[in-house]
Amino acid sequence: MPYIDTKNDIAGIRGLMQFRPDVAIALNQLAQVLLADEASLSKRDRELIASFVSSRNDCTFCMTSHGAIAAHLPEGNHELVEAIWKDYKTAPIDDKLKSLLQIAEKVAKGGLHVTPSDIAAAKDKGASDMDIHDTVLIAATFCMFNRYVDGLGATTPDDPGFYEIVGKQRAAEGYLTKSVLVKD
Amino acid sequence: MPYINLHPDLFGITSLLDFRPEAAAPLCRLTQILLRGPSTLTEAERELIAAHVSSLNECIFCSTAHTEATCLLPGGSETGIEPMQTDLEVLHLSDKMKSLLGIAAKVQKNGNQVTQEDIGKAHLYGATDLEIHDTVLIASLFCLYNRYVDGLATKTPSAPEFYTNLGKRITARGYLMPEDGYHATDYKPK
Repeated sequence: MPYIDTKNDIAGIRGLMQFRPDVAIALNQLAQVLLADEASLSKRDRELIASFVSSRNDCTFCMTSHGAIAAHLPEGNHELVEAIWKDYKTAPIDDKLKSLLQIAEKVAKGGLHVTPSDIAAAKDKGASDMDIHDTVLIAATFCMFNRYVDGLGATTPDDPGFYEIVGKQRAAEGYLTKSVLVKD
Repeated sequence: MPYINLHPDLFGITSLLDFRPEAAAPLCRLTQILLRGPSTLTEAERELIAAHVSSLNECIFCSTAHTEATCLLPGGSETGIEPMQTDLEVLHLSDKMKSLLGIAAKVQKNGNQVTQEDIGKAHLYGATDLEIHDTVLIASLFCLYNRYVDGLATKTPSAPEFYTNLGKRITARGYLMPEDGYHATDYKPK
């Protein structure tokens, strides 16, 4: 149950969004641009960054939702997502993505934690300025979403089936469509 | 030196909004709604939340800019806020604003830090659910901005007149993207 009366019983971030629809449009457009529209990084890698940062912020709702989305995208699966939550350095991903996750991990702690050597390591593994930019902004954006969800005590379902539905829908449709879980 | 190749005449968040305009558009709309849209919190109160969270995140660019904006708005300078100030005790605030800034400070650490008791206290001092919602989201948004600005090492001017001009711009014009893009016409570093 959220800390405030949202006047609906929708789980997770969409329950908060229903309470403040004009804000919801901007939030979903931001998610769409960063995670679902064409960009230099693949959709799977961007969702992995989102899920990873959420795991570092202990936000179960976002970590599980974006993990499920990553798992439903090409070259994604649940074992990979869990390996990244546990230890991205030993996960079966390329060195470029590892170097980007290292930057994302620092961003989760605070922007000033990112060092020139973190950036140099990513560039050395082939990351472009746009890859690095998007990594930092996705990580920063999930530092917002995670705080929004947990700071207002949004409902976090226990049922894995909930996240499978979310993962499948968002992987296929992006962020601008109505949730299939929300009844009219 | 920024970590990526940004426009050399732009600073802080402006240089990033210019680099990735597709992301800037929803970010600017979100900021405009939260800080300038209709609300029972005053614009100065909302800028104060932004400034306080930025100070706690040690983001000099955002803290200085939003402190400046707070002080330019009605009721803002009376709080006594200064850039990078993290101690709320020395500020002149209503009990309601103290309780909302207390929630914002917990959000700055992590969303999981906020308790039903914190929310109950804000309710007791007259905060509405919408005010609490917006406080949490403004605090969260500045956890985004502060990380974005410092995580890419954007240029942070030290000259006070830069922030005076920026404060004037965001209080007079708000946060929506200018149609012709961002320009550094009002400030040239020495």
